[in-house]
Amino acid sequence: MDIVVLVKQVPDSGLERNLNAEKRVDRDGSNNVMGELDEYAVEAALQLKEQHDGTVTVLTVGPDQATETIRKVLAMGADQAVHVSDEAVAGSDALATAQILAAALGRANWDLVLAGAESTDSGMGVMTHLLSAHTGAAALTGARKIEIDGSTVTVEHQKDNGYSKLQAQLPAIVSVWDTINTPRYPSLKGIMAAKRKKIEVLSLSDLGVDASAVGAAGASTEVLTVESRPERSAGTIVTDEGEGGRSLAEFLASEKFI
Amino acid sequence: MSQILVYVPDNSRHSAEVLTLARGLGEVAAAAFGDEAASLAAEYGAASLYKVDADGLDDYFVAPKAEALASIAEGKEWQAVLVPSTDEGKAVAARLAVKLGTGFLTDVSALDGEGVGTQEIFAGSRIVTSKVAKGVTVATVKAGSVAAEAAPSEPAAEAVDYTVGDDAKKVAVLETVEEPPGDRPGLTEADIVVSGGRGVGSAENFSLIEKVADAFGGAVGASRAAVDSGYYPHKFQVGQTGTTVSPQLYVAAGISGAIQHRAGMQTSKTIVAVNKDSDAPIFSMADYGVVGDLFNVLPQLLEEVEKRK
Ligand SMILES: Cc1cc2nc3c(=O)[nH]c(=O)nc-3n(C[C@H](O)[C@H](O)[C@@H](O)COP(=O)(O)OP(=O)(O)OC[C@H]3O[C@@H](n4cnc5c(N)ncnc54)[C@H](O)[C@@H]3O)c2cc1C
Ligand SMILES: Cc1cc2nc3c(=O)[nH]c(=O)nc-3n(C[C@H](O)[C@H](O)[C@H](O)COP(=O)(O)OP(=O)(O)OC[C@H]3O[C@@H](n4cnc5c(N)ncnc54)[C@H](O)[C@@H]3O)c2cc1C
Repeated sequence: MDIVVLVKQVPDSGLERNLNAEKRVDRDGSNNVMGELDEYAVEAALQLKEQHDGTVTVLTVGPDQATETIRKVLAMGADQAVHVSDEAVAGSDALATAQILAAALGRANWDLVLAGAESTDSGMGVMTHLLSAHTGAAALTGARKIEIDGSTVTVEHQKDNGYSKLQAQLPAIVSVWDTINTPRYPSLKGIMAAKRKKIEVLSLSDLGVDASAVGAAGASTEVLTVESRPERSAGTIVTDEGEGGRSLAEFLASEKFI
Repeated sequence: MSQILVYVPDNSRHSAEVLTLARGLGEVAAAAFGDEAASLAAEYGAASLYKVDADGLDDYFVAPKAEALASIAEGKEWQAVLVPSTDEGKAVAARLAVKLGTGFLTDVSALDGEGVGTQEIFAGSRIVTSKVAKGVTVATVKAGSVAAEAAPSEPAAEAVDYTVGDDAKKVAVLETVEEPPGDRPGLTEADIVVSGGRGVGSAENFSLIEKVADAFGGAVGASRAAVDSGYYPHKFQVGQTGTTVSPQLYVAAGISGAIQHRAGMQTSKTIVAVNKDSDAPIFSMADYGVVGDLFNVLPQLLEEVEKRK
């Protein structure tokens, strides 16, 4: 079974994140990591390969420095990589990104595409369905469990109050939540092996995508203003020396919660 | 005058909120799925109603609803198309946008008459406004963005003639398992949420968190570390990959306050934290914090609540 796993490099959510002067995510500097949920998609891909053989290809659309994220996925155990990198991609919205990813998927043979349920920067949580609309493959989103039997894929789609069991025929596109598994760390051997694995770098023209249809030029949405939310200022902090619960009750009574 | 098309999948409070928001912008046409959704649309002031009752809508995942909505939306002029921002709603909006060749906004907390939406990004630390630059505005609206206000109407209803196409039958829904909601208010509806983290230490100890929640008539929440450790079920997880809550009062006990947790609770009106580590990041956002052992502080709080009753 041939699997493509979609991975997006994002700014580390544990650090200060900003939009730049162009009102795009500031991706400069060294604070970039693999999308947190994408790690779970990679792990799911590797486990499925262990069960069913085949290949795992990582696909990313992003600037040059996204190679670091690709190397990490290769070190975890993916076989090869496709990196779409082109100046004209900058400023793409969801529709344009989906168009580029769909074009790249169109050049590969795959039975299954795995992705994060949402990215951890813009986090729209829509890519799987957009790609389904483009490729015609079934979309099974928000999986907390995935099983492949022959050409049938079955997932437990996680909901707020339970789950639905979804089933489709391959080829299919599945996105995953962090409840699905525990991602592995790259081993030293994996890190060494990753250096020899192939990363195919593609431009928009390699993909036959019209540069004016994507990026800032082709965007169908526009960010107008950006503001910082006023920081919540810290309130009163007391140390419990036997009266902590009572002082908390005082506070809650003064705020009319008691 | 062009209308605002609202996708109404059910009779939830969230759907009522989106109808209320839309009414503030113009005349509302509701695409209602089933009888309950249709009566909600009438209660919340839809001027006209497209009613979809096709067989098999719920037998297949998302695609039939997206296709049915597209069949209503296509070929007409809309001021905007609004959809509740749920996993399903976002999927429907995304598929509709591809069909209509229009841009779309997700998770807006406000939308004005010019189609400018407000979105909170980066775990709520930045607020951006944006709009659809090409085509009709398709937007998904976050829960809790406006207060739902009824405005009963008698909409002209039109039955939509839709049959699920083969393309929409690719993903079968084999079964749906709903876990019973229990006696406490739901996380997103509760005015008060009391959450426990890894510091609670065990599943048994969570009964202390439940007692505090019950003393305030609130809901129980949990951090991901508490869920991952098996202290409390996942459906109570608050945060980026759990539920987002915005109650009047949020109590965090034994929770450090990681960014992914804060993403799900930082718009709470009042935040209270109990943690034995004075450097825990949760204190930087708490209106009132007690540095101390939760197993001392919370029982004393409960005693006080009893006394004051
Ligand atoms: C503040 C802000 C607001 C935005 N608002 C909108 C908006 O309202 N409408 C709009 O159309 N665009 C918007 N965008 C742009 C849009 O989010 C991204 O350009 C687009 O790529 C969607 O990505 P996502 O990460 O949200 O996708 P998601 O659907 O959240 O991504 C899900 C998964 O898809 C895969 N994936 C996503 N992107 C890539 C990639 N580049 N390469 C490989 N795999 C990938 C990953 O597995 C990821 O986990 C906004 C951007 C910002 C910064
Ligand atoms: C992709 C991704 C998604 C995530 N999504 C979420 C999410 O949705 N929600 C979420 O919560 N997290 C989420 N996380 C995890 C998050 O990063 C933190 O790991 C998690 O929130 C930590 O939970 P905690 O505060 O309970 O545990 P810890 O960080 O271990 O903190 C426990 C705290 O309890 C205190 N404590 C211990 N004993 C006591 C005592 N007796 N009395 C008082 N205080 C005590 C300690 O001082 C400490 O501050 C996510 C992470 C990732 C990577």
